[in-house]
Amino acid sequence: MPDFPNVANDPLVKIRGLRFARGERVIFDGIDIDIPRGKITAIMGPSGTGKTTLLRLISGQLRPLAGSIVVDGQPVPQLKRAALYQLRKRMGMLFQSGALLTDLDVFDNVAFPLREHTQLPEMLIRDLVLMKLQAVGLRGARHLMASELSGGMARRVALARAIALDPMMIMYDEPFTGQDPISLGIIVQLIHALNEALGLTSIIVSHDVHETAAIADYIYVLSGGKVIGHGTPVDLAHSDSPWVRQFMQGLADGPVPFHYPAADYAEELLNNQPGAAP
Amino acid sequence: MINRLQTLGRWGLIRFERLGRGSLFLMQVLAGLPALLLRPRLALQQVYATGVLSLVIIIVSGLFVGMVLGLQGYNTLVDFGAEESLGVLVALSLVRELGPVIAALLFAGRAGSALTAEIGLMKATEQLSAMEMMAVDPLARVIAPRLLGGFIAMPLLAAMFSAVGVFGGYFVGVGLLGVDDGSFWSQMQSKVELQEDILNGVIKSVVFGFVVTWIAVFEGYDTVPTSEGISRATTRTVVNSSLAVLGLDFVLTALMFGDF
Ligand SMILES: Nc1ncnc2c1ncn2[C@@H]1O[C@H](COP(=O)(O)OP(=O)(O)OP(=O)(O)O)[C@@H](O)[C@H]1O
Ligand SMILES: [Mg+2]
Repeated sequence: MPDFPNVANDPLVKIRGLRFARGERVIFDGIDIDIPRGKITAIMGPSGTGKTTLLRLISGQLRPLAGSIVVDGQPVPQLKRAALYQLRKRMGMLFQSGALLTDLDVFDNVAFPLREHTQLPEMLIRDLVLMKLQAVGLRGARHLMASELSGGMARRVALARAIALDPMMIMYDEPFTGQDPISLGIIVQLIHALNEALGLTSIIVSHDVHETAAIADYIYVLSGGKVIGHGTPVDLAHSDSPWVRQFMQGLADGPVPFHYPAADYAEELLNNQPGAAP
Repeated sequence: MINRLQTLGRWGLIRFERLGRGSLFLMQVLAGLPALLLRPRLALQQVYATGVLSLVIIIVSGLFVGMVLGLQGYNTLVDFGAEESLGVLVALSLVRELGPVIAALLFAGRAGSALTAEIGLMKATEQLSAMEMMAVDPLARVIAPRLLGGFIAMPLLAAMFSAVGVFGGYFVGVGLLGVDDGSFWSQMQSKVELQEDILNGVIKSVVFGFVVTWIAVFEGYDTVPTSEGISRATTRTVVNSSLAVLGLDFVLTALMFGDF
């Protein structure tokens, strides 16, 4: 495939001609994406372009209108429940909101997937959980309830939970937001280390250009339902596409729309007479 | 006119659609029940949450309802010189009707609304999605234990309500109004039948418990995941399950005691 020069021949996730819409609004209008094995691939794009939606499509929580999504040789939208659950045991996902179980404490949250899917003795589970919590720097917080954590801490616990079953692939939805500089550095390192040491495949969804460019091997930039650019961070930084340049450099003016689709601004203000539709 | 018909038709269709979805949902949840046999702790926790935590309101209400029955029953019976039958009157009213029905209404308000809000909030905060992503079926892990827990708890609560109510009636009738202690109990013992009265009451409370819990977990699972959606779903749980209890009570009573 001439379109994907830098991507391995046997990608872990292979998306072709993906179309998806929410009601009238088309979110994806035919996109092709390859996620190579053992690499860190970033999906970037302005807020509201559908990055979270893409992760939900890859994990089979949503079904596409058209196109194919193949994960490790299995067509996700066509999978039966049992097969899909089997596949999900090998996928970790870090939700944008953390999504911890609020009736459990930190320890039990991280232990949850282990207890549900393995018959390991409690001693072993304890050690595994403490290891994962140590990795995100929250071993000391294991007795706190999920509701007693700050947003950034909750996200780190969710990360520990996502790696509890040692998956083949992790999808991180905005792992960097809400982290102070120190924990940000730790998370960047952790994603990197997981990737190096375990050969994990990582997908990072983010709009933090700087952090993402620092650890990603390959970046896709989405906007307006299309892939508007892809390449290594270095490629993209020197891209001559005005779309990509605008996004990577964070310029307000350019072809990438900052606004949700709307009627003409001046017209809407001028038409503001009594009785007009709001 | 046509517009009204259309509105009515749409309303009817929406109701039927929800009923259909509720039934499909129920079947999926029931499929998750056998797995619970291996982890009874999950269901026991819910018996505690729905049952034990509803005990106070059930006991207090049962006591007062029984006391009122004792008072009203005495005033009526004494005119006929039949105040010895007070025990029968109190026990039959409670076991056949008031126990199952009032306990179910209280259960809907206390435990049903809590179930709906809890599940709805889990949905709104993506906890259910997160479980699905961890390959854990929320229907089996979250919903099934709650359904089973409510199903077990409700008949026990109804029995508790009736028992406490009988003592309430005893307290007022025998303690305050001077009905003979021995005949209060002996008449009750001879006139209350195991099959006709007690068993039918238990059947009612089992049916009510099942329906109320089903409505509560379905409304929670089907919530529009916003704060407004959760508040509406909670209201719907209380309203719909109360109506269902009262309607079903008539149907069951007609089947059990009606002579048609
Ligand atoms: N449940 C939903 N119902 C209808 N539309 C939705 C729903 N969830 C998301 N959308 C729409 O889909 C689009 C993409 O949403 P998504 O959450 O995938 O964006 P995102 O790229 O992750 O944004 P962000 O960077 O802000 O997290 C948005 O325009 C949003 O309005
Ligand atoms: Mg998002």
